Amino acid sequence: MEEVKPQLLKITFDGIEVEVEPGTTIMQAARKIAEADESQGHLVPPAMCYYKPLPVSGGKCRACLVKVSAGSAKDPRPMPKLVPSCITQVQDGMVVENTTNPAVLDTRKSIVEFLLINHPLDCPICDQAGECHLQDFAFEHGSAKTRYEEERRTFDKIDIGPHVQLHMTRCILCYRCVYTADQITDKRVHGVMNRGDASEISTYIEKAIDNDFSGNVIDVCPVGALTDKTFRFKNRVWFTKPEDAHRDCDKCCGKTTLWYRGDEVIRVTARKNTWGEVTDFICNTCRFEKKSTKDWVLEGPTKVKRSSVISANKYRKDLVAKPDFALKLAASQFKQIDDSRPYTTDEETIRHQSIENNDKANHRSLAANNN
Amino acid sequence: MARKILTEHINVPGIETFDVYRKQGGYTAVEKAIKTMTPEEVVEEAKKSGVRGRGGAGFPMGMKWGFLAKPEGVPRYLVCNADESEPGTFKDHHLMKCIPHLLIEGMIISSFALGANKSFIYVRGELMYVIRILEKAIAEAKAQGFLGKNILGSGYDLELVVQPGGGAYICGEETALLESLEGKRGNPRNKPPFPAVKGLYQSPTVVNNVESIANMSWIINNGGDAYAAIGIGRSTGTKLISASGHIQKPGVYEIELGVSVDEFLNSDEYCGGIRKGHYLKALVAGGSSVPILPANLITKTAAGEDRLMTYESLSDGGFATGTMLGSGGFIVFDETACIVRNTWNFSRFYHHESCGQCSPCREGTGWMEKVLHRIEHGHGSMHDIDLLVDISKKIEGNTICPLGDAAAWPVASAIRHFRDEFVWHITHPQEATAPGAVYMGEMVLG
Repeated sequence: MEEVKPQLLKITFDGIEVEVEPGTTIMQAARKIAEADESQGHLVPPAMCYYKPLPVSGGKCRACLVKVSAGSAKDPRPMPKLVPSCITQVQDGMVVENTTNPAVLDTRKSIVEFLLINHPLDCPICDQAGECHLQDFAFEHGSAKTRYEEERRTFDKIDIGPHVQLHMTRCILCYRCVYTADQITDKRVHGVMNRGDASEISTYIEKAIDNDFSGNVIDVCPVGALTDKTFRFKNRVWFTKPEDAHRDCDKCCGKTTLWYRGDEVIRVTARKNTWGEVTDFICNTCRFEKKSTKDWVLEGPTKVKRSSVISANKYRKDLVAKPDFALKLAASQFKQIDDSRPYTTDEETIRHQSIENNDKANHRSLAANNN
Repeated sequence: MARKILTEHINVPGIETFDVYRKQGGYTAVEKAIKTMTPEEVVEEAKKSGVRGRGGAGFPMGMKWGFLAKPEGVPRYLVCNADESEPGTFKDHHLMKCIPHLLIEGMIISSFALGANKSFIYVRGELMYVIRILEKAIAEAKAQGFLGKNILGSGYDLELVVQPGGGAYICGEETALLESLEGKRGNPRNKPPFPAVKGLYQSPTVVNNVESIANMSWIINNGGDAYAAIGIGRSTGTKLISASGHIQKPGVYEIELGVSVDEFLNSDEYCGGIRKGHYLKALVAGGSSVPILPANLITKTAAGEDRLMTYESLSDGGFATGTMLGSGGFIVFDETACIVRNTWNFSRFYHHESCGQCSPCREGTGWMEKVLHRIEHGHGSMHDIDLLVDISKKIEGNTICPLGDAAAWPVASAIRHFRDEFVWHITHPQEATAPGAVYMGEMVLG
């Protein structure tokens, strides 16, 4: 008997054709391309709120907006707006433009700007620095200067439970921690309160989050808003050395990454895949209480991307992940950057326009006064 | 006198009670629909009438009903959106307060057409007294056998629930309304799936505005074709307009779509003209979120044709020289109104009401408000104007729900048409911040 295979859908993503199963999102299709060919990693849209292990996440940060220039083979009209690639399902014959579309890159740049206007930019004292998704996102897509002159919103730090500290000022409201609490713990006691840019992640009247899997909110947080109190200010991640390890745990899978400084385990986290997503959630016992090598069975060094700051000066050549052909990659990206992008001449344009408009307005009001 | 459909009997004393409403011919449409028609025939009448959603987007109601998925064994819901919170719009409030049975009659017919056995009216929480009026009317209708089990012996059951909202503007967006109705935080959902497939409690749902639903009793009594005969082109029927601002007679008016803007603004039957001794400066034609128009584009389109009160004519010329009919919040400004201050005020509203779910709207609305606040208070600089335009462009179209667009359009259009007023605020900070100061430099007389 032959198994009935679901018919594969063919889509074109930035000129690369890929076949995926029905129900796949554009983001997953792009990741499939990158997994098949490492040098295409830069094609994958960034995800700040979408998190594959947490269903229903995504669609909020708008960082992954892409242009669908043909909806499907049946209906090849382009979609009128940019669509969030993380939650938009592919259709057969869909044509998607990501890095090849200047409007998409321009929008992405503005999303960085929006996410950063209320972010404290305190990376030098933030524990997340070095493994922060917002840092990567801003580095890859943002501009070096801000146009925001007003005061930034701030919040007081809140201790939620004995292990987790909430620093709301850094939060980008991705809702991942809310979904984590909803989906992998019994009872959610924290959520989003208030509205608009005043909304904040908080517990009900500063109640402590207390259950066996509460520590996972630290791993899913893309920024330094939720941090591990046992690791706070202990070290910078690029001075530590990750090792995969496991132990028999009656609550969770027990598969973790140990972060060493010298011989000392200073932090335990869940293992993460290429996209920074947790592969298996771990319990608080593994995370916070087993901080000695003798508790663990070591499996060897964690594979870290060469581009990551964590891998800096640390490994023997044979242990480092294969370099992603840096020059070739740079060359391919170099072509894709369009010099006529508005932002590159932004300040100049703005100044010119202002002067021009100012002249016009003055001229008009002069004319009005003379009459 | 123009023909009235919704407000024909609104001045009859005691019309809010069942008996008086019944004497004026009320509930005959329910009898006709339930006893002599099939649900498909009712939907067909709605399609024929061409009535377009009165909440703002103007999507044809019959077509929306046609999209409703009808899987076996899954309940379907009708939800009436009475969370009217758009600044400048107060027509649904007036309708529900004065003639609640009209809405209830429409709800019964529409629910019957869609096969819904439980329907909801989601009213904004500030209107608690209206909720009591509606609940009293529902109790009366139930006592007379028009609601509840086995309506008029037809075997059709309908329960009508009035649900007060918490007073958030965002809950007027249909998916946020459904979330709120389910008891969750009122965050809009990502679409697709649309409510017609997965709405309230993951069941197929139709969400309609109060005014759209209230039209149904007339449509059933007189036929969809008779309704389509009123109005011009694809703008059929009548529309309630909430007129406010610097006019002689502010209030709610029912107009036949196709009346010219000039007539609506200046005739004694409607607004009665600009208040004495002043002249027209600007108009917001459909609630705060539509683009503002300067005086020279109000009564004539850019092509020189008369502008009419229709969906098409008001949006003639796109956003460059046109606007939208929206929800019918007709706000008129005379020359004493400061456009910068007004734009700041609108922007402040959207900043306050953004749900904070998606980043462009959450951060962008606050940013725009702060920049406008700066300009209004004499601390602006010339590049702030272009910055505002740029922010509004970056918000527009990139958000989950239309609130982002609604926040961006007033700012972009105010700068498009009144740029010199913004420039004056920046170049003359002292004059601009003096109490009651208004830019008088260049005025296009309407």
